[in-house]
Amino acid sequence: MQITPDDPFRDYKSGPYFCELTHERADDRGAPAIVKQRLAAIGMETLRARAAAAETDLINLGITFTVYSDSTAIDRILPFDCIPRILTAAEWHQLETGVKQRVAALNAFLHDIYHDRKIVKDGVVPADLVFGNANYRPEMENFPVRFGTYVHICGTDIVRDAAGKFLVLEDNARTPSGVSYVVENRHLMSRAFPDLMAGMKLRPVDDYGRRLLEAMCEIAPEGVDDPQVVLLSPGIYNSAYFEHVFLSREMGVPLVEGADLMVENDRVWMRTTGGRRPVHTIYRRIGDDFLDPTVFRPDSLLGVPGLIGAWRRGAVTLANAVGTGVADDKAIYAYMPRIIKYYLGEDAILPNVETHICREKEGLDFTLDRLEKLVIKPVGESGGYGITIGPRASRAQLETARAALIADPSNWISQPVISLSVAPTLVEDGIRPRHLDLRPFAVTGRDTWVLPGGLSRVALKEGSLIVNSSQGGGSKDTWVLTDEMVEGVA
Amino acid sequence: MSRDTPLLARYAESLFWMARYLERVENLARLIDVTQTFESPGHEAESWFALIRINADEAEFAKRGLVPTAEAVRRFYLIDPANPTGVIASLEAARINARTLRPVISTEMWVQLNVFHREMLATTEDDLSGDHLSRLCSRLKEGVQTHTGITEGTFFRDQGWFFYQMGRAIERADQMTRLLDIRYHLLVRAAGEERRIAELTQWNGVLRAAAGYHAFRRVASAGFKPADVVQFLLTDRSFPRSVALCVEQIETQLSGLRRRYGLRGTVAALERVEELRAGLVGRSIDKILADGLHHFLDGVQRDLILLAAEIGTAFFRDWRPLAETGAATEASQVQTQTA
Repeated sequence: MQITPDDPFRDYKSGPYFCELTHERADDRGAPAIVKQRLAAIGMETLRARAAAAETDLINLGITFTVYSDSTAIDRILPFDCIPRILTAAEWHQLETGVKQRVAALNAFLHDIYHDRKIVKDGVVPADLVFGNANYRPEMENFPVRFGTYVHICGTDIVRDAAGKFLVLEDNARTPSGVSYVVENRHLMSRAFPDLMAGMKLRPVDDYGRRLLEAMCEIAPEGVDDPQVVLLSPGIYNSAYFEHVFLSREMGVPLVEGADLMVENDRVWMRTTGGRRPVHTIYRRIGDDFLDPTVFRPDSLLGVPGLIGAWRRGAVTLANAVGTGVADDKAIYAYMPRIIKYYLGEDAILPNVETHICREKEGLDFTLDRLEKLVIKPVGESGGYGITIGPRASRAQLETARAALIADPSNWISQPVISLSVAPTLVEDGIRPRHLDLRPFAVTGRDTWVLPGGLSRVALKEGSLIVNSSQGGGSKDTWVLTDEMVEGVA
Repeated sequence: MSRDTPLLARYAESLFWMARYLERVENLARLIDVTQTFESPGHEAESWFALIRINADEAEFAKRGLVPTAEAVRRFYLIDPANPTGVIASLEAARINARTLRPVISTEMWVQLNVFHREMLATTEDDLSGDHLSRLCSRLKEGVQTHTGITEGTFFRDQGWFFYQMGRAIERADQMTRLLDIRYHLLVRAAGEERRIAELTQWNGVLRAAAGYHAFRRVASAGFKPADVVQFLLTDRSFPRSVALCVEQIETQLSGLRRRYGLRGTVAALERVEELRAGLVGRSIDKILADGLHHFLDGVQRDLILLAAEIGTAFFRDWRPLAETGAATEASQVQTQTA
């Protein structure tokens, strides 16, 4: 490899972490080396200028999310890092089969708990975790969904430990977002860095809209030949509005708001210039609680009065189904390896982060013995509330956590601190390692299809493990290599 | 594999209004440009206040405690984001409509409008004075014209295109009546031959602002009178900004919606169009001038408002939830006239 004087990788050190670019993999097809070489040829100065131009492009395109503070709304871009993350064909094979397996298990689990409840009767998952869960919807009991699919769109958050092992951090089975960035990042990459991509044999990402539409048509109520699919959005002030636009454009279907729909004679209609037109599948990007003010939150203005009734009478299909939140809950997450085994008779292809369930004696004892080494999480909370990170906690905080654990063990799980993998990222000091995760997207109608790659979110702050866009996270283009050789390389 | 896809009523309404707001911006730039050329030394404030009057913005202007100086009027229309009839609010409204329309408009349309909006938000006091003002007006006109060109070249020709075109034609017709009206508010401090020349200069200015100066010269006789200018701008069948041509376009769009898409509900609107046309061509220009041009233009503006209301009732209203119909009427007033 040719080293130029301003080789941007000159002082790149990934430290104790697994590096997604520089760690050697047998089937990497030489792609990482070529990327490094090409980045060196471009040189730091040009790289920065082109990265800045790429971000301006995103602003002009309005590929933004809205951050609200006080009375002002600011459109912000998800910072784009121009150094791609590369997954090899073998790595992707594991991720793809693992995600499919997980989606199959989630759907089987949802079908079971809303019908025969065998998994509870067999004592595999505790009854109160399911039926006492705020996201459990009695409205779903004994309600049939086509192909047994509840989770039509699933986003699985995956991290990689210091040994390079993939671990599932979380399932997102409600309305996962981020897929638009996967496709837009690739478009941006090919516009702004065609020389970086030249000759690379990558799995394409632009089939997502067609696959999604296909699935939405498959799940439409039986007997409908040419179903009308719509995407239901909270509207232009929602922070994910760009993604809603993206998806409706990619599918070629109307983006509707609640007020565009109405229910009459047990059917769902949209209001058009030529009067009412029937609607058959609704890909909804609003939460269960807001779907129908006559059933859930009466103060919701986003939904459609009567929608749930029409759905229950089979006039329309909702994707994702109502009540999937019970399956992607933290409490259920801990049981996912057992859930997979129970329904599919298989071990998880993508393991969970090692999780200790404190309602079980061994789990509690294990946790109490090494509190200072573990992350302790309450099961009912989200958004990082109530979490104690052992290695960073004070004596007093650890004692408080200990007392809480003993008082109510079943409210807690514990996990080891994971050393997330890193990838070379362009930051102010140069190219530096930054932690990242991966969210592949799976689409399920009759069968499951996984978009090659997924959203790689990167924590731009040094040492930070928080990849969320609202907290200084950015994203990378995620390349999945095919089995072919890279062109022009021996 | 073609199939006629339905158009959400909300999209139709947004297309109609996006086109109107942008047409408004272009015409406001034309009005401001012409006002500057009318500025007669010592009477600048009066010239500029004419703008306030033809837009019926006296109350809005006074509410801010502004005194009618040239600077205050320019600021009011060009950089005050809170003035609902100003450039900034119109661009903001156009962009919000475009954001709503992202699923149906082309990416190129969206990007241009997004960038244009951002650039115009950066307008400062410094852009409003001296030779900068005319350049600012050119940038505004060109921004809208770029939008129009991109739209012509990239926007899918389904129902939406018809609503977009109607919005633009209605606004353009309305703005032409305001441009004509500006003469009414301008004083000519002269008499005899000097007065005749001063008036002709003003009419030439109006023609230039409407981009019709050369076209008019080609069709007018050597000894033209002010009445000929008025007739040209109101009724010429070939001039793209004449009121009659705009009305004819509206009729074409309405008929197209009925013929091609089987949309009912065009009847009442078509009747309004008929009335408008009769009013424009059924009376001689001399009679119109004798009865008072200002009065006549007021009538055309009122008819255009009623026409827009008929279109709204026929195609847009349905999407609103019943509980909001009261509020909807108010909302429709917000996205309405400068008058």
